[in-house]
Amino acid sequence: MKLSVRSVYKTFHHSHRESTIALEDLSFDVQAGEFICLLGPSGCGKTTLLNIIAGLDKPDSGTVLMDGKEITGPGRDRVEIFQEPALFPWLNVLDNVAFGLDCIGMPRKKQAPKLGQYLRMVGLSSFRKAYMHELSGGMKQRVALARALAIEPDILLMDEPFAALDAQTRDMLHAELQEIWAKTGKTILFVTHNVREALVLGDRVLLLSARPGRLKRDFRCELPRPRHIEDFALIEAVRELLSDLREEVLAAQQKELEHEKLAA
Amino acid sequence: MKNWLLRIGFYLLLLAAWEILALVQIWPSYIFPSPGKVILSIWNGFADGSYPLAISISLRRIAIGYGISLLLGITLGVLLGRIQLIQKTLGSLLLGLQALPSVCWLPLALLWFGLSDKAIIFVVIMGAVLSISLATADGIRNTPPLFLHAAKTMGAAGFQLYFRVILPAALPSIISGMKLGWSFAWRSLMAGELLYAGLGIGYLLTMGRELNDMSQVIAVMLIIVLIGLTVDFLIFAPIERAIRERWGLQTAR
Repeated sequence: MKLSVRSVYKTFHHSHRESTIALEDLSFDVQAGEFICLLGPSGCGKTTLLNIIAGLDKPDSGTVLMDGKEITGPGRDRVEIFQEPALFPWLNVLDNVAFGLDCIGMPRKKQAPKLGQYLRMVGLSSFRKAYMHELSGGMKQRVALARALAIEPDILLMDEPFAALDAQTRDMLHAELQEIWAKTGKTILFVTHNVREALVLGDRVLLLSARPGRLKRDFRCELPRPRHIEDFALIEAVRELLSDLREEVLAAQQKELEHEKLAA
Repeated sequence: MKNWLLRIGFYLLLLAAWEILALVQIWPSYIFPSPGKVILSIWNGFADGSYPLAISISLRRIAIGYGISLLLGITLGVLLGRIQLIQKTLGSLLLGLQALPSVCWLPLALLWFGLSDKAIIFVVIMGAVLSISLATADGIRNTPPLFLHAAKTMGAAGFQLYFRVILPAALPSIISGMKLGWSFAWRSLMAGELLYAGLGIGYLLTMGRELNDMSQVIAVMLIIVLIGLTVDFLIFAPIERAIRERWGLQTAR
């Protein structure tokens, strides 16, 4: 078992309103090399879960085990990629990608083959000297991906990384990510609220319920790869999952409304 | 290019007006000297070595004072920006002290340090350190938390977060604080030197007044402006340009 989430609870306390239960008794296992998509309505605690696995946040109770060891803080075996690429504007593409390896003091000479390899993998070899404002949104996420890969983590944690991109760019990145995943054999946890995206990418789609986030469905998607968003078989699966997700989205909206009423 | 021409034209016109006003002699020349006399005064000052000496003394004072201000200001700024308790306590004091023109520290400095360079340097520091530390703190507080998250998940920790993420992210703000600090430091130095004449450029101004030498007064004023502009032009402008290019900020025109 690569990663094991065991009855994780997380509640956020607010000073001026009711506390929100982000995650409730959430458990699931991830095999090495699996591509997992975490699907759920916004506000269901997907990001919280990812932050807990990344070690940036702690659960109230429950544990997350990686290779059988409890996660207590950030580690180079798991790297998170965010919706906003969070690239450093004071560094060029190459220096951004080298950031993680610079941090452990690896000399650039030793880094060079890796940097070259991952820049090639995301198709940005000719942009190594460019600064962030010179790149498009899709290119920025590619840099973020290369930057994470350069550390050579076992697990990639991706928090809606393509949500802010236009549809064409997103389709291209879906294809590229599947390719990179096949090449590198990484375990990927990919958060999204988009059913199609989840089914294009995931071996398994974990559907989380609206607040509190519980595991509602563990959907195995065995369609052949590479998958495309317009594949016919995919559309069937989408239809099935979509009705489940819709239920959750409605439930989430219902709760928001109740909150509003209570507040008023 | 057009702006350049416009500017040169403006200054030539100004110079011509000055020359004409001096020629007409509405005021006696010891009150309103001609440009030629002022240039002559500068020439003489450099020829007899009194200006270079004064300039080197002033530059040494500001180099020491500004250097200390940088170290102190950036350190303080980091503490203010990162530690809530310090921000809430010391932060309010520093904000309050900003209301005090730095030259008001001179009497205190003279009592503490006596009639020495130390007193002037102290005033320079009090002029520059506040704006540097407040701007640094501001830049650090505005560092996107996501940058820190990203750096942490890539294995950065402790001082690496400061030197690889927090300080670079705050750099544009730190630089503008440094620029502001420089101009405050320069003003404080001149005010200090005027009030307590201990050689230096400010002393030349006082001398000019005491000797009723208006062309020296204007000459020294011009030198003060020129030094201030030169530092701005040679040091801060290139740094700011480099940062704007890197960060992709709008080029200010």
